[in-house]
Amino acid sequence: MSGPSSGCGFLMSVVVHGDLALSEQEKELNQRLRSLYPAVSDQETPLPRSWSPKDKFSYIGLSQNNLRVHYKGHGKTPKDAASVRATHSIPAACGVYYFEVKIISKGRDGYVKYMGIGLSAQGVNMNRLPGWDKHSYGYHGDDGHSFCSSGTGQPYGPTFTTGDVIGCCVNLINNTCFYTKNGHSLGIAFTDLPPNLYPTVGLQTPGEVVDANFGQHPFVFDIEDYMREWRTKIQAQIDCFPIGEREGEWQAMIQKMVASYLVHHSYCATAEAFAKSTDQAVHEELASIKNRQKIQKLVLSGRMGEAIETTQQLYPSLLERNSDLLFMLKVRQFIEMVNGTDSEVRCLGGRSPKSQDSYPGSPRLFNSPVHKASSSQTYQTSTYYIHKFFFSASIGKKNILQKSGLLHQKKTFLVPKSTCFLAAEVEMEVDHFSNGVSESSSNGFLNGSSTHGIDLEELDSAQSKRQLCGGSQAAIERMIQFGRELQSMSEHLRRERGKNSANKKMLKDAFSLLAYSDPWNSPVGYQLDSIQREPVCSTLNSAILETHNLPKQPPLALAVGQAAQCLSLMARTGSGSCAFASVDDYLH
Amino acid sequence: VMRYDFVLSFVTMQEVTATSRHYVDRLFDPDPQNVLQGVIDMKNAVIGNNRQKANLIVLGAVPRLLYLLQQSSSSLELRTECAVVLGSLAMGTENNIKSLVDCHIIPALLQGLLCSDLIFIEACLRCLRTVFISPVTPVQLLYTDPTVIPHLMSLLSLSQHTQEYITQIFAHCCKTPEHQTVLFNHGAIQNIAPLLISPSYKVRMQALKCFSVLAYENAQVSMTLVNVLVDGEQLSQVFVRMMQRDKPIEMQLTAAKCLTYMCRAGAIRTDDNCIVLKTLPCLVRMCSKERLLEERVEGAETLAYLMEPDIELQRIASVTDHLVSMLADYFKYPSSVSAITDIKRLDHDLKHAHELRQAAFKLYASLGSNDEDIRKKITETENMMDRIVSGLSESSIKVRLAAVRCLHSLSRSVQQLRTSFHDHAVWKPLMKLLQNAPDEVLVMASSTLCNLLLEFSPSKEPILESGVIELLCSLTQSDSPALRVNGIWALMNMAFQADQKVKVEIVQALGTEQLFRLLSDPDTNVLMKTLGLLRNLLSTRPDMSSHGKQIMQAVTLILEGEHSIEVKEQTLCILANIADGNTAKELIMTNDDMLQKIKYYMGHSNVKLQLAATFCISNLIWNEEDGSQERQDKLREMGFVDILHKLTQASDPNLCDRAKKAMQQYLA
Repeated sequence: MSGPSSGCGFLMSVVVHGDLALSEQEKELNQRLRSLYPAVSDQETPLPRSWSPKDKFSYIGLSQNNLRVHYKGHGKTPKDAASVRATHSIPAACGVYYFEVKIISKGRDGYVKYMGIGLSAQGVNMNRLPGWDKHSYGYHGDDGHSFCSSGTGQPYGPTFTTGDVIGCCVNLINNTCFYTKNGHSLGIAFTDLPPNLYPTVGLQTPGEVVDANFGQHPFVFDIEDYMREWRTKIQAQIDCFPIGEREGEWQAMIQKMVASYLVHHSYCATAEAFAKSTDQAVHEELASIKNRQKIQKLVLSGRMGEAIETTQQLYPSLLERNSDLLFMLKVRQFIEMVNGTDSEVRCLGGRSPKSQDSYPGSPRLFNSPVHKASSSQTYQTSTYYIHKFFFSASIGKKNILQKSGLLHQKKTFLVPKSTCFLAAEVEMEVDHFSNGVSESSSNGFLNGSSTHGIDLEELDSAQSKRQLCGGSQAAIERMIQFGRELQSMSEHLRRERGKNSANKKMLKDAFSLLAYSDPWNSPVGYQLDSIQREPVCSTLNSAILETHNLPKQPPLALAVGQAAQCLSLMARTGSGSCAFASVDDYLH
Repeated sequence: VMRYDFVLSFVTMQEVTATSRHYVDRLFDPDPQNVLQGVIDMKNAVIGNNRQKANLIVLGAVPRLLYLLQQSSSSLELRTECAVVLGSLAMGTENNIKSLVDCHIIPALLQGLLCSDLIFIEACLRCLRTVFISPVTPVQLLYTDPTVIPHLMSLLSLSQHTQEYITQIFAHCCKTPEHQTVLFNHGAIQNIAPLLISPSYKVRMQALKCFSVLAYENAQVSMTLVNVLVDGEQLSQVFVRMMQRDKPIEMQLTAAKCLTYMCRAGAIRTDDNCIVLKTLPCLVRMCSKERLLEERVEGAETLAYLMEPDIELQRIASVTDHLVSMLADYFKYPSSVSAITDIKRLDHDLKHAHELRQAAFKLYASLGSNDEDIRKKITETENMMDRIVSGLSESSIKVRLAAVRCLHSLSRSVQQLRTSFHDHAVWKPLMKLLQNAPDEVLVMASSTLCNLLLEFSPSKEPILESGVIELLCSLTQSDSPALRVNGIWALMNMAFQADQKVKVEIVQALGTEQLFRLLSDPDTNVLMKTLGLLRNLLSTRPDMSSHGKQIMQAVTLILEGEHSIEVKEQTLCILANIADGNTAKELIMTNDDMLQKIKYYMGHSNVKLQLAATFCISNLIWNEEDGSQERQDKLREMGFVDILHKLTQASDPNLCDRAKKAMQQYLA
């Protein structure tokens, strides 16, 4: 009885093949949706990906991953019309949204009435074709008319039938909609569209079948080209936005922002030169800036013990008053011990100091992209880009966003150790971030480092020979001892100040490192990444600044953060133009 | 004379003249250093000052500057400054340019290009560019010296500036097929193609313009262009990228022109994606209300040209972005709003109103040239027929021509002839247009009239009554073959199934002499239509008493001459029609020569001719007519029965049928 079994095998192989195909398709869909609608947050406002099995009339049948729609009613009268909506409404952050429907069959011959393709709001009657009711819009294949919330259509485009591909494009900037037929735009069909519309298709003839393409396949119509036009329009609008009459104040304000930014991140020599050339006062003593710089460098190079010590020395009461901060620093110190980079374990181990501890991305100080996800720090995004931006922008420009767009440089960074700063030309080119080694800096003010006696080593090929605490037994013991101290400090804190889940989690994660033979390749190994020093460094820096009554955040970062917030607010309130005005585009 | 004008103009000008004279005087200073400083001061004085420019020209600065520029003893710096000042003078009014050209500035500057100093060359080129792009400069001056073009080609590699200026000169000075050939032969394509990806927008743009003027109606250039690669990419793809919607409009439009011209020259198929999905939509976008009036004009004209020969493109365009109704907007200038609110805008609108209207008519004409549904859509556009009617009598010749082209395109529709054409009495302005118009308008108008005279057209009657016959007869005497064809064609249509009265009128108005002249017309179309007219005139029992002999003569002449099958077929048909009348039968039967010819054509290898000849014989032997017995006998003697018998076996069913019917006449 080989027949049934071979049949079964065949079926299975089909299923398996189908699954593979599905995942391929899924991947392609995700990729296409991301590139089409980069401003859409899929968690907040998911994009339509298929027809909804829950939001349809009973005469509608779905198949092929809910992308194919067929009609299973009688199709005798308009009362037999049936529609289906997509799973989600169209997010405003798309800016321009597009989907296509291919007519697989226009249904049984002799039926003169057939399908409509369009949009409808949640709750519109599904026992109807799109366009017949309020908040419902459709283009009908039998007569080529458009139906704008009305039972009577207006002459709009050509009729369509089996084999045609009909596209529907919603412009969320001017709230209009146009259709395409086989890749040709048919012109505006609807204006003044309400928000939160769902892609909708309606059928009314037995045998009617249509397939949707929400991005699963390349579109017949060149929607990217249309989007390019709108992106250019929006960006021209931004560029031409009137700044106000008092241009001089703008310049002063921008100079202030730049100066405060430099001070905040302790680029003291640069800050000094900048202040001098733009005739500004610096609101913090140079010594203080240098102190902060010193501490930051220690944190970023993983020398937490020294960092804590230096902080206690320079700002005696700071950590005493802020035990949570101290705890956080200590936890980090523990991690650096595991890493083998903390000074305490380093002097114990015979290990070459040249490993792991150099920090490859010094310009990404403080607010790392990691922080992007945490909602409490929304304003701290994109520091990386701020650095990039501000060192490629020229001084005193009328409009940061506008002018920075003019300057493109792949790698333009400030090197904290020995930086060149030319008052006349702020543009600098450095081949890569190289801590301490100034490859292309030609002249200028030394930003400290070597005089501080802190050597920031080059990244080595140490990756391959990583060992716990640098491989020294003594160091491991010291680490374990330190861990115990940390444990007791945690208990002490809990007794005094009550439970703190953040602290608890922090400690737990740090200790978890010891559960793995190779902590670097463990699920908690990310903690050992030097990028994790950034939030610690940023928090410490902000705390120090606060004690001096200086802002926790540099105004420049604040402004960028506000712009980003503004855009996400626009997305939520239905202003589609936010899609084409990403802050990152302006921070080259 | 110029100085005289100048003195007359203003009293206060005397002061200005004094300072201007000072500048000119310094050009003659014996110390070269002072001359140089003088030229530099002059440069600073003339920038943006048109009056100062005019003064200096009147005071004779130009010949001196040119002299200094050409002197090899002048320092390079001085020569360069001279070129810069001349360039500045050229930036003024058209009169300035005229004066400069009259002073032979062009050969002097072209000579300067032989220098090896780049700065000097660039200054010369900048000035040449400004002179050449002026409409008052004769383009031909670029081609007078055959060494100039190759030298310009060689300068293209020097700098972005030389690239920009030279391509701009080429783009403006390539106006005829001869110019295209000269530039092509000197390697324009290979030299300019790499500039399409230049980092400078200006260079890219001017290079693109060069290709659009080079490719226009030029198959050789177009065919070469499709095979050109720029940085590994096909040129057509480079053009497609330049049409992207975020590119400047000027660039999109010019790239679309390049592809359009390449397509029309046969280098790119009309169903190629770069035409269907890119060029056509791009041009439709150029017609939208968002574009500048100039862009809308160019967009519409280019689109009309692109799709003229292709029904599929016409169909696509007709549904793209509401093009048909979008064009209706072209007729709304100057808008009523602009008249009230903004005098500047009104002026702008007025300037472009004619251009817009003619462009829209052209595009409608192109859209409706083949598809009945599109024609219907066009005539149903708001006030369309009224607009055409008023367009026919506009003062602008361009608008009139375009309007009549549009009307002609729509007149190919039986439906429209029966309805909208009649409702709007379009024949009236059309007739008026025919009275007094240049040839190109006449060709279109008379061609349209031909359609209006078709027998099912309700306009035929009123046109007849308006005394059109004289007019059409005069057209048949025109020097233009197209007009002769249309004249005789219209008469032919008019004579189709017409009253005897009309036929007599036509014959009288045309005159036999003219009729025979047309029968020996060198243009086959004219001959064909004349034969058609004869056939229509003779179709109903013609009275041959008056012209019988001449017609027989003409028929003999044509049958003996070297003519196409179609002409001979038509002639035999005429003979057959003649053979239907009594007197005519005699004429044929007594003409053995003619009978031999008929016999010959019955045995011809072409079925059409066999059929026509058989038709002829069949008429001669028809039973019910007087004297049929004698004719049957005579023709039997001549062997016609045998031939007919043979033809009953013919493979062509029509011929076979016709022969059988003829045989029956003998059997009855």
